[in-house]
Amino acid sequence: MTVVRDQAVATPGVAPPKSRRRMKSPYPYWFYLPAFAVFFIFFLVPTGSSFYYGFTRWTLFDAEWIGLENYRQFFSEPALTKGLTNTLIYGVVTSGLKVVLGMLLAVLLTSSVIGRAFMRSVVFFPVLVSTIGVGLTFVMLMEPDEGLINDTLALVGIEGPRWLVDPQWALLSVALVDVWKGVGLATVIYIAGIVSIPRELFDAAKVDGASAWGNFRHVILPLARPATTTVIILSLIGGLRSFELIWAMTRGGPGFSSDVIASVIYKQYQAGFYGLSTAGNVVLFILVTAIILPLFTWLNRRQVQM
Amino acid sequence: MVLRRSWKPLSTLVAAAVLALGLAACGGDDGGGGGEGGEQVTLTWLVANAPDAVTPAEALSSAFQKQNPDVKIEIETRPQGGEGDNLVKTRLATQEMADLFSYNSGSLFQALRPQNVLTPLTDEPWVGKLDDAFKPSVTAGGDVYGVPFGSSLGGGVLYNKKVYDRLGLEIPKTWDEFMANNEKIKAEGIDPVIQSYQDTWTSQLFVLADFHNVAAEDPDWADKYTKNQVKYAQEPAVEGFKHLEEVNKAGYMNENFGSIKFERALSMLAKGQGAHYPILTSTLPNVETSDPGRVKDIGFFGIPGNDADSAGATLWLPGATYIPRTTEGEKLDAAKRFLAFMASPEGCDIYAKAWAPTGPFMVDGCELPKSVPPAVQDVQRYVDEQKVTPALEFSSPVKGPALEQITVEVGSGIRGAEDGAALYDQDVEKQAQQLGLEGW
Repeated sequence: MTVVRDQAVATPGVAPPKSRRRMKSPYPYWFYLPAFAVFFIFFLVPTGSSFYYGFTRWTLFDAEWIGLENYRQFFSEPALTKGLTNTLIYGVVTSGLKVVLGMLLAVLLTSSVIGRAFMRSVVFFPVLVSTIGVGLTFVMLMEPDEGLINDTLALVGIEGPRWLVDPQWALLSVALVDVWKGVGLATVIYIAGIVSIPRELFDAAKVDGASAWGNFRHVILPLARPATTTVIILSLIGGLRSFELIWAMTRGGPGFSSDVIASVIYKQYQAGFYGLSTAGNVVLFILVTAIILPLFTWLNRRQVQM
Repeated sequence: MVLRRSWKPLSTLVAAAVLALGLAACGGDDGGGGGEGGEQVTLTWLVANAPDAVTPAEALSSAFQKQNPDVKIEIETRPQGGEGDNLVKTRLATQEMADLFSYNSGSLFQALRPQNVLTPLTDEPWVGKLDDAFKPSVTAGGDVYGVPFGSSLGGGVLYNKKVYDRLGLEIPKTWDEFMANNEKIKAEGIDPVIQSYQDTWTSQLFVLADFHNVAAEDPDWADKYTKNQVKYAQEPAVEGFKHLEEVNKAGYMNENFGSIKFERALSMLAKGQGAHYPILTSTLPNVETSDPGRVKDIGFFGIPGNDADSAGATLWLPGATYIPRTTEGEKLDAAKRFLAFMASPEGCDIYAKAWAPTGPFMVDGCELPKSVPPAVQDVQRYVDEQKVTPALEFSSPVKGPALEQITVEVGSGIRGAEDGAALYDQDVEKQAQQLGLEGW
């Protein structure tokens, strides 16, 4: 089978993939050297050494080999179980909301609505603002007794939750702010996806008498799949390793109720447990890879099958 | 995360490079000065870069130079916190320390391995005047190494005196009396206990400031704790966690305990909206900013324990100034004179004029100025009556980093007291292992 297919591909004029790989690079090898040196020094060496230091009790001055002790310690950390579930909740909630809201906003902003360009900028604006700034601003807005949000809710007779102060709400509150800040990027990706759908398909759908919902369900939704894949992957990676916003807003509190893996690791660095926190980073690396890699291949395969 | 990790060693490198440069420059200066004058000795003095260290250091050194024209003191600054720890240790290890340096007393001082790197000062005349509560925190292997730099501070309950007067309450000597007071205060519609969990460190006071009571029941507790023989989850140390839980369960805390910071909490106390606020006396100057003139309505008492006879307070000790072994000859002589000056009542007065003390001085004969707030005078009374115990961090290097999160949990009712104490014991283990202590 393979042989036959290879022969079929090797038609004159089209270079077969194999020989293309062998094709001589237009650049001499030393040309790659600077890039490789940078990559080696700043990426490979730190990555390699962090795997090593993950097995040691490290004071920055000397490191004592303790085998898997750090990993045992890290996984017996009570904050970690909480942090692990919180990381997953945070990643799924933010990424899910960004997909849904981003899609809806993109549909709205690709229709011929008045002030479209202006609204596109408004939606994208929060992406450009500093995360720490957004965090501190929302801490003020979400203040339970005097904050603007609860004051506004009180006007219509709703007693708002205690947001960041309530252990039940703290993580969700931060996730909502993350969505507010990040949905603009998802929207822009979706807008690009929707705009690239050929016009004829909409015309054909119209001829077939498709309703607005039918249009969305059977044309936009399937054909914007590459955009959906990108949004899910990007926001999930962002969500799983998110740190700045959580640190600016709650520092993982109250207690440990909004701790994620990244904030647990940060606190261990702060306390001077360098080996332990390096081990934590290795765990985070493995976790993100273990979730994203299969998800990515799965999403991409679905895309090809269509 | 990656940023932080690569940044730390980098900053250490940069600091080291800057230091090397600075030292080279100093060396050059010294040589030139010695060649010309011959008489004047120049001392360098390394202090933390905080205003409460630099301002009094400048005042002390200029007063000393006026009296001793043959000595010149140059002040160098260093970062605070962990970075400062690393810098001090590195400079001591490389024998490049300034002629004098100020640093924490207690367990951080012990971590410097004083016998190897510091000049013992046991035979200096002022050693006898050091307060008995302070002396052990600068003593290693039987020798005294430092002179206090600054005033101590009290950790306990700040209370509103007007509320106490109005309700006819007495200062509680036991925990039960304290809770009885709380009940009466609550009946008047005043918040009995203020908490401020937006500043998580403030949540630790019920536990950390309870140490006087722990030590009263078991004087060797700190020692045993360092050796991993006693735990926070056991009596008597677990009481601190239990107290916090009780206060929460009884509904004695202000409603907004989760959303305010300590400035606001102090202001509530000063205005009489709340009656008690467990905190360090070093926060008192903030009252002058938020509620001018009301600091006189605030008093202090130690966290009450079970036994009225041993009622006292937990004291946080000042840092100290030390002489490294590398300071020799004329310089050593001048440095010793300067330390004696710091340990004199005159030195204390100069300090107090430069920086308002928030607790008693640790040198006999040093009086607090009459102008200090009543709460600070209350702490002085405890010291005079010898009813103080230095906080655990001055007698044991073991302190877990997550205590403030755990006490927030216990204080907010998320976690039970015993569970919290057990969790803290687990947290502490990492620290002890990192320090390489025996028995962990």
